[in-house]
Amino acid sequence: MKTLIAASLFSLATAFPAFAQVTVDDPWVRATVPHQKSSGAFMRLTAAADARLLEVRSPVANIVEVHEMLMEGDVMKMRALPGLDLPAGKAVELKPGGSHVMLIGLKGQLKEGDRVPLTLVVEGKDGKRETVELTAPVRPLHQHRGHMQ
Amino acid sequence: MCRKPFGVHPLVRAVLAVVTAWLLAACGSSAPTFHSIDVTGANYGHDFRLTDPDGRERTLADFRGKVVMIYFGFIQCPDVCPTALSRAVEVRRLLGADADRLQLVFITVDPERDTGDILKAYTAEFDPSFLGLSASLEGTREVAEQFRVFYRKVPTGDSYTMDHGTTSYVFDPAGRLRLAVAHAQTAQSIAADVKTLLQDPNS
Repeated sequence: MKTLIAASLFSLATAFPAFAQVTVDDPWVRATVPHQKSSGAFMRLTAAADARLLEVRSPVANIVEVHEMLMEGDVMKMRALPGLDLPAGKAVELKPGGSHVMLIGLKGQLKEGDRVPLTLVVEGKDGKRETVELTAPVRPLHQHRGHMQ
Repeated sequence: MCRKPFGVHPLVRAVLAVVTAWLLAACGSSAPTFHSIDVTGANYGHDFRLTDPDGRERTLADFRGKVVMIYFGFIQCPDVCPTALSRAVEVRRLLGADADRLQLVFITVDPERDTGDILKAYTAEFDPSFLGLSASLEGTREVAEQFRVFYRKVPTGDSYTMDHGTTSYVFDPAGRLRLAVAHAQTAQSIAADVKTLLQDPNS
């Protein structure tokens, strides 16, 4: 019986793509005001084996890019990245003040409590690609203390 | 101190002189110290002339009696600008009863996209007292130059983002530029500096 439960748990886990190679923790998207055309998505990614995040897709935006944020002196810069390395077993944070997923050309306002579907396209070292589907809750534009990391 | 100088050891007199001089310096000139960079007397950033979301022209003189903190940013900014505005909300909370003596002004470096309505909705999302100001492209260039704030439009995809300076500037209640606040500075350190400015008899 024990073996049977273990076996079915295992098949459940493998059936769910998020468990296969890349785990996504604590995803969220920043809320927008009406007519605001872009926002950021944040999450923590952990790959079981060396991998690379190649692309992010979302039905809420026309363009989705992975951006890095740089501070040069006091100047904030954002640049699109061709990909983001996910070293085996190491949590890669997409968070305010660092890299993030940029949602550009939003089709509508993102309100607190909405859920934003995201598809991550990840490539393993063997060149095999997999997609990870997730939904990220929308958190308020103004992050109260405690939400800030 | 009632003792006559006569008969006092020269060394003691010397020490007394130093202590007296130090006390005079500390109390007399009353130059306050700050966590932020003290830019008192800077030859830039004397004023601004910008438009509020209701179409009214605003200058520094509108806020006499308040400490004014200005921040240059843009609304499509996913990250740094919301963080700076959330920090200002926290500064207000830390000021307690003096909260209304701080005016936060958000100056957009992206006036093409950040029009009045969106500017108003954006600042109100943080605090109803926050004020968003904008200008024409030319006026934006001028005000950024006056405050030595760098910004630049950078294409990305079929859209664009803005590189921009993240230093906030703080004016005292008399409307003089006093402090430059770094992006990494905490709300606590800013609140302490604002309190100092509110209590500074020279402000």
